[in-house]
Amino acid sequence: MSQPTQERAITMAILAMGGEGGGVLADWMVSLGEHSGYWAQTTSVPGVAQRTGATIYYVELFPRTPGGAEPILSTMPTPGEVDIVLASELMEAGRSVLRGLVTPKNTTLITSTHRVYSMMEKTSLGDGRVDSDSIIENCMKAAAKFVGGDFSKIAEESGSVISSVLFGALAGTGRLPFSRQEFEGAIERSGVGVAPSLKAFARGFDYAEKILKPAPAGVPIQIGIKPVSVEETKAVTDAAISADPVAAVGARLKKLAAHIRDTYPASVRATLVHGIKRTTEYQDVEYANEFLARIASVYELDLVHGDGSFRLTQETARYTALWMTYEDTIRVAAIKVRARRFDRIHKEARAKNEQVVGIMEFLHPQVQEVADTLPTALGKWVLGSKPVNALINRISGDGIKVNTTSAFGYTTLYILSRLRPIRRRSLRFNEEQLLIDAWLTTVMDVATTNYALACEVAETQSLVKGYGETHANGLANFNLIMAELPRTLASADPVARIRQLREAALAEESGARLRALL
Amino acid sequence: MAERSFKEEVQKLRIPAGEEFHGEGILAVTKALLQSGVSYVGGYQGAPISHLMDVLGDANEILAELGVHFENSASEATAAAMLAASVNYPLRGAITFKSTVGTNVASDALANLASGGVTGGALIIVGEDYGEGSSIMQERSHAFAMKSQMWLLDPRPNLTAIVDSVEYGFELSEYSNTPVMLELRLRSCHLHGSFITKENKRPAFTRKEAMENPRRDVSRIVLPPSSFLHEQEKINQRMPAAIQFIKDRKINEMISNGKKDFGIITQGGLYNTVMRGLQLLGLADIYGNSEIPVYVLNVTYPIIADEVEEFAKDKRALLLFEEGQPDYIEQNINSILRKADATAKLHGKDVLVMAGEYTPAVVTKGLLSFVRMYAPQLITENDLPGIVLPPDSPEHPMAIKLTPQEVHMRPPGFCTGCPERPIFSALKLAERETGKHHVSADIGCHLFSILPPFDIGATTMGYGLGSAGAAGFQDASSDKPVLAFMGDGGFWHNGLTSGVGNAVFNESNQVLVVVDNAYSAATGGQDILSSAADNPIRSTKHPIERAVRGVGVKWAKTVTNTFKVDELRDTFIDALTSKEPGPKVIVAQSECTLNRTRRERPLAAKAEKEGKRVVRERYGIDPETCTGDHSCIRISGCPSLSITANPDPLRKEPIATVLSSCVGCGLCGENAHAAALCPSFYRTQVISNPSGWDRFKTTFRNAYISRLQRGIEKRYEGIEPELVSA
Ligand code: SF4
Ligand code: SF4
Repeated sequence: MSQPTQERAITMAILAMGGEGGGVLADWMVSLGEHSGYWAQTTSVPGVAQRTGATIYYVELFPRTPGGAEPILSTMPTPGEVDIVLASELMEAGRSVLRGLVTPKNTTLITSTHRVYSMMEKTSLGDGRVDSDSIIENCMKAAAKFVGGDFSKIAEESGSVISSVLFGALAGTGRLPFSRQEFEGAIERSGVGVAPSLKAFARGFDYAEKILKPAPAGVPIQIGIKPVSVEETKAVTDAAISADPVAAVGARLKKLAAHIRDTYPASVRATLVHGIKRTTEYQDVEYANEFLARIASVYELDLVHGDGSFRLTQETARYTALWMTYEDTIRVAAIKVRARRFDRIHKEARAKNEQVVGIMEFLHPQVQEVADTLPTALGKWVLGSKPVNALINRISGDGIKVNTTSAFGYTTLYILSRLRPIRRRSLRFNEEQLLIDAWLTTVMDVATTNYALACEVAETQSLVKGYGETHANGLANFNLIMAELPRTLASADPVARIRQLREAALAEESGARLRALL
Repeated sequence: MAERSFKEEVQKLRIPAGEEFHGEGILAVTKALLQSGVSYVGGYQGAPISHLMDVLGDANEILAELGVHFENSASEATAAAMLAASVNYPLRGAITFKSTVGTNVASDALANLASGGVTGGALIIVGEDYGEGSSIMQERSHAFAMKSQMWLLDPRPNLTAIVDSVEYGFELSEYSNTPVMLELRLRSCHLHGSFITKENKRPAFTRKEAMENPRRDVSRIVLPPSSFLHEQEKINQRMPAAIQFIKDRKINEMISNGKKDFGIITQGGLYNTVMRGLQLLGLADIYGNSEIPVYVLNVTYPIIADEVEEFAKDKRALLLFEEGQPDYIEQNINSILRKADATAKLHGKDVLVMAGEYTPAVVTKGLLSFVRMYAPQLITENDLPGIVLPPDSPEHPMAIKLTPQEVHMRPPGFCTGCPERPIFSALKLAERETGKHHVSADIGCHLFSILPPFDIGATTMGYGLGSAGAAGFQDASSDKPVLAFMGDGGFWHNGLTSGVGNAVFNESNQVLVVVDNAYSAATGGQDILSSAADNPIRSTKHPIERAVRGVGVKWAKTVTNTFKVDELRDTFIDALTSKEPGPKVIVAQSECTLNRTRRERPLAAKAEKEGKRVVRERYGIDPETCTGDHSCIRISGCPSLSITANPDPLRKEPIATVLSSCVGCGLCGENAHAAALCPSFYRTQVISNPSGWDRFKTTFRNAYISRLQRGIEKRYEGIEPELVSA
């Protein structure tokens, strides 16, 4: 027989989620191939592909020779033998690596680095997000060439979809034996949304070309391939604040800020500044003073028992500020009526000037919450009175909708927001202050014997959040863990133990998992 | 109206003879049917052949021109029974459905059909839903072919091969008076490729001729004594005829460029994967020139003993690629070899895998171990593809370890704005009051409820069998009724009788929820009896509630808007606590959003362009009031309700956010109310081309609100640093 030829097909896999245009991308590739004199074959797993699940499309191309035989193309990718992998999102790129589709031998991996969170990440009670950096790092290790960028942003800026950007980036890598015009031809032939697609294509093209240019020696490669995270931005702002706390506040808080600058180490200043601003916005400068007074005693202990990191001061300050500004009706109303919120919503709705925007709130004030905001005595009476209970339930039992853009709706929320002066005399205010002080006392008690554990006790406050039932559950879990403290202290590894308890509380809302551990 | 329209693509069915046709497998099959002079076509949708049904539906005009009758059958059994038209008349008929589930449903009719045999060609196109991407139990259609003695075609995944198989499938059927099954594998249905066309043919004999000149032949009816005769016929006449035809037409292929004393036998459907494996090992080229002889079974039942013996004659060993289990073909070939006293040793499942898909990895590894056994010198050991290396080798494609903790599963789920989601939100809320119930689930989009965040549903026994699956749970001493779900598709398929009628007759107290989204949505949005849309070629708008009352249900309630979560929750509580005997049926109605938006979005865009007043809605979450506990997500799971980094300088946990893909279905607001979540949710309404009144109101309101807002900002002065003007 004749010696078998060594030619092989060009192999490409596309990983996308249902409805993200992976199919369109595959169709463009086929059109591109067929118009450029190639045999083209694509396959996908049909059926539920429309419905948000992860989907893989597979394309093979092989040059036609006049009168030549038809090649045998594979309908499935072989791990280790895929030339080009395109992923519409970072976790999908991770999936291509997990499945062995990407190898350092021959694979160009082109992926958007933005995240579409999985259900597991979204439903966590705390922070369930996976580490993007680790996925990116593994992708770079796995691929021969890696082209990653926030293509979702590029797509949005060009008024198009990710598949156009990916197609452009594919062209930009120069991995396929087709000209840019041939690529663009495929988009033009498809006939829908051609102009924006071509715009996004061009940006993807430039991006890939730029990123693949060999970087000058010594320059770290590929900066900015990942969207700048909010956490990174926060760190930059905080550094500026701790360098000059006074500049970070307005006239009413300059004195307190100066005090923070003169008294506290740099590592905790930003948190304290955020704390005084938050408490002032919530109540008044007096309240900010109370906040600082609370932290002062913790700081003194930290100086004696701490390890120099001031983690205890830092975390206690964070959670004290959050707890002191607990979510009551007045705070919610105050946030809802502010001008900056209106601006944000207009932007988010992409409303043009000539369009009219309406905002409708979904509120559900329960008897407890109404009573909470009333002066202590009145609040107690409301809670105890059956007829009043029934009345409130009648009005808001099924929730009420408030049109904040109407005069009546706005006025209602406005009036609520102006109840701030009576907050100090309200039922809940006094209860919360007692709880805060009790918790602070515990933190400080523990700090004298076990500094690390004290930090954990401070952080445990993060369980108390949300509204209504979620808040009640969180508080109950928090109380359970606090009650367990003496035993936790006596255990072999108290820090590990309290962390375990906290994770159990986060794993399951009703606290069943936590109670099982106690 | 189906989810995907093939109106444009079906024009390709008119391509004249001799041209190159480019397109998907489903279109190629349709073209092949027309080229074969088919007279009538039926079927039931289901992946992977849903789109074949859509193509046929969209091609109705072209079919009609050629005198072809097409039906959306009520079930696979209906479709199979339709082939009765080919028993007495030379009419070619084809049906299609998802297999093995559809074949299970059809098997009674198929067995009857196969017993009496056919005069006109009868082709059963089964979409083999096996392997990655499959949504059903992993079984083989092969068993059905064997048990009823129908011939099974498994063509190579290549459009030319598939088109040819349709054509010779009809001929084989007629030649051997036996229905023929054509197995289309999952990836072949949407395989894009090309083939050279032939002329479309009008059927030579028409249905009209048959109807006006009725014929009967009692020996074709399955009743003793004919049924005994049929069995003899199958073995003594039809099978030998089929074998003759397959041999004469050389349907199975022997490819032997190289003369070796060992060879490969493969199912046609696996051919491309096997050839790729050989290529990777340096034993074949991309054109299919192989150093090792290959025998391709384009017919996998019956296996042709003569051909096998011939192929095995001068060989020491054979490797058989047969996907799935049991290993019917392996047993069959072993028996042939044994009877022929052949010396060739047959390998198969021993070097491959007994259960599971024959992926390129499995196939290539199997080939390697086989060749190493019989001709190790053919293998270049230092140039092996990565996938066959030991898993701990740094060259192995999975050497970079990303864990499933980092790369989460992403199963399909309810779409953004899906009207079925609020049904399960409401049930979760109802169960807070009534406690948990045993839930019998069904097949359809609503089965996504078994996944997080809902985690509802304990079993699913098949399409339309949700209610039947709850039948065993009856105990007068319990006041906690079981709950069953059923989709509208399954309801009309069989659920009305197998479930509702059964529950009435047996005095079940179950609560049955029929999810009525106006389409057979899971299979691609096909119309059914209760569809709300007008369909020019079908009769629609037959309400489900009327049907259940018709079979004797007393407690029936239709909720016409599933987004009213509180109403639905209360209906659930009512039904679950009702003391009334007999089944309680809740029809939960709302149109599938995927289909609705597809219909409405272009209209809205057009109206906006024309200067008409158009209201667009979406939801949002205030980042400052959201505390990041994600309880909203846990009762919704909408893809557009997600998380984002917390902008609050003191908080670390991500907050909830509504993505711009939100279609404003309203569930977020309903849940915020019904579950008393939090005050963070709001709805934004954007009015394009506002009316004069809109504009007047807005001017007044804006003036009023801005005044108050200026006052508010004054009171906050002195907290943030003043902006220094340059
Ligand atoms: S939007 Fe409301 S329910 Fe959702 S995470 Fe935020 S506070 Fe919780
Ligand atoms: S309103 Fe909520 S549930 Fe409905 S589409 Fe928008 S985000 Fe999804």
